[in-house]
Amino acid sequence: MTGQYIIRRLLIMIPVLFGISLIIFTIVRVIPGDPAVVLAGPHATKDVVDQVRVQLGLDQHPVKQYLLFIGNIFKGDLGASNRTGLPVTKEIMARLPYTLLLALASILVATVFGVTAGIIAGVKQNSKFDYLSMLIALFGLSMPVFWLGLMLMLLFSIKLGWFPSVGAESFKHLVLPAITLGANSTAIIARMTRSSMLEVIRLDYIRTARAKGLSEKVVISRHALKNALIPVVTVIGLQTGTLLGGAVLTEIVFAWPGIGRLLVEAILSRDYPVVQGVVLVVATMFIFVNLIVDILYSYLDPRIRYH
Amino acid sequence: MNCPYGVRRESQKNMSLLQVRDLKTYFYTDAGVIKAVDRVSYDLKEGETLGLVGESGCGKSVGALSILRLIPNPPGKIVGGEAIFEGKDLLRISEDEIRQIRGNRIAMIFQEPMTSLNPVLTIGLQIAEALELHRGFDKKGARGEVARLLRMVGIPDAERRINDYPHQFSGGMCQRVMIAMGLSCNPKLLIADEPTTAVDVTIQAQLLEVIKELTSRLGTAVILITHNLGVVARHVNRMAVMYAGRMVEVGPSVEVYAHPRHPYTIGLLASVPRLDQPRKERLVPIDGQPPDLIHLPPGCPFLPRCSRRMERCSVEGPELREVGRDHMVSCWADID
Ligand SMILES: Nc1ncnc2c1ncn2[C@@H]1O[C@H](COP(=O)(O)OP(=O)(O)OP(=O)(O)O)[C@@H](O)[C@H]1O
Ligand SMILES: [Mg+2]
Repeated sequence: MTGQYIIRRLLIMIPVLFGISLIIFTIVRVIPGDPAVVLAGPHATKDVVDQVRVQLGLDQHPVKQYLLFIGNIFKGDLGASNRTGLPVTKEIMARLPYTLLLALASILVATVFGVTAGIIAGVKQNSKFDYLSMLIALFGLSMPVFWLGLMLMLLFSIKLGWFPSVGAESFKHLVLPAITLGANSTAIIARMTRSSMLEVIRLDYIRTARAKGLSEKVVISRHALKNALIPVVTVIGLQTGTLLGGAVLTEIVFAWPGIGRLLVEAILSRDYPVVQGVVLVVATMFIFVNLIVDILYSYLDPRIRYH
Repeated sequence: MNCPYGVRRESQKNMSLLQVRDLKTYFYTDAGVIKAVDRVSYDLKEGETLGLVGESGCGKSVGALSILRLIPNPPGKIVGGEAIFEGKDLLRISEDEIRQIRGNRIAMIFQEPMTSLNPVLTIGLQIAEALELHRGFDKKGARGEVARLLRMVGIPDAERRINDYPHQFSGGMCQRVMIAMGLSCNPKLLIADEPTTAVDVTIQAQLLEVIKELTSRLGTAVILITHNLGVVARHVNRMAVMYAGRMVEVGPSVEVYAHPRHPYTIGLLASVPRLDQPRKERLVPIDGQPPDLIHLPPGCPFLPRCSRRMERCSVEGPELREVGRDHMVSCWADID
């Protein structure tokens, strides 16, 4: 893994982001609903609506609109929100830290619990712990996010009063959303870790390690774990990407002021610049996470490093 | 203690190092109980080399792994017998005690060198592990010793290769690494489970030469598992032939090679090219298939394929009996 490789990967991002920008630009304009009508309000006359449309620059030819959009991106300008008139970058920067915080907290929870449970379940296959943790994982997989969110809220905020139910003012506010958002990933990571562990544990080199006289603890931690975690790292990376962009439901349930909610608000009001901006930012983060995963991967697996 | 070298060596040779008695290892599967190793007995003296041969699936690996208690459980289980090594029954000592023996007093190398080494750890670390565990080396000291071991097994440029990973070595070189690892703690016994099947013929000969040379220099006893009788004859003192989980013939390799007493051994020998006889017209494989280990019929398991069968064979299975000096056979027929 060389600096050259990383630079190449970064360069590839440019056409990918171009593609994404084109797709999202098209999609927002294809879905029904006219931003000018929405912004002008239900009782506005046709004249007013037309005026608003000109203001928003939507009267221009789409190709011209796109070129303007792209040109501005290179100046670090994502346009202004239709609703608030504020720069989109500002709108996003106000919300992004919340989403990052929530996603990182969730993936941290998911990784710690998922990997730990997966290892124990794999090493102690068919034990009570194995059955119980895999049953819980199955719940975690099949539970709808909003339902889990509401249930946690019901129990821990309303009944027990341990954590606040909505908002983002303190660390306490983070706990329930992070668990809700991370539940699915925890389950996926736990199952992946377990099956990977089971697979690795019966390979030849584990037998070699045992034949050397190493204790079971060393066999697992030094010989099995690193190999078993290689596929898990990929899953964690993918989950991180998903969490960054997929926090919408959680953010709505807990009134968490992240970009997921910003996106929904923007879509409902046909706020094209904000929708485009949020999608581009999420896509960029997703690609970066993937790059980081690949770099991590090469540290775990020397066979990749040397190619 | 102060006896001349030659004498000591001679007396050592006569001391029993390993006594396996009635070893039974079964696998409990959904299809039934696989009697992979069934009442196997043999002796090994200090410094001696024993060749363990037999068709695929006859229980050679399981028998060897059982001695170190490396059978995957479930489904496998050692259900009976004993393996006395240096006065201790390996099948009954504690888990801690057997770990003291693994890699230290008894080392094992395996069939597939490429998959038997951990792909994400350097070979230096994998060898040093044993040194640190059993010989009390620290990290720094182990490094020098690893380099010495790698040179010993003939890996060129040893110092530089310590930090390499298994995928940077060829199959033959990986097996040399395995041999270095196996001999790193000066074991009394080296079990080599088909160490050469995964590499091509010229490399095979080199590897066997390395094993033979080093173990005879270190006085290590060897159990060499193979299905190639030609290999065994040239490299071992004694030969043990297994069939369907049982021992069918054991004896000095020269003797067994020249005068096989079991119809199965005779068949095996007829199916390999021999150097000591004029080139035969054609090699004759043994007809038929090895039996299903789950549904073994009463009597001798070799019966369906045997050319010397008698009425008695289907009623009761023969036990090992002495037919010559140190030469045992389990067959009712008197074959000369
Ligand atoms: N993990 C396992 N589960 C179930 N059965 C097994 C297992 N390992 C071995 N066996 C059975 O034990 C029998 C003996 O296997 P073993 O590996 O000892 O054969 P082998 O003589 O070493 O053959 P080869 O020359 O192919 O290595 C086989 O018939 C196999 O079906
Ligand atoms: Mg085998």
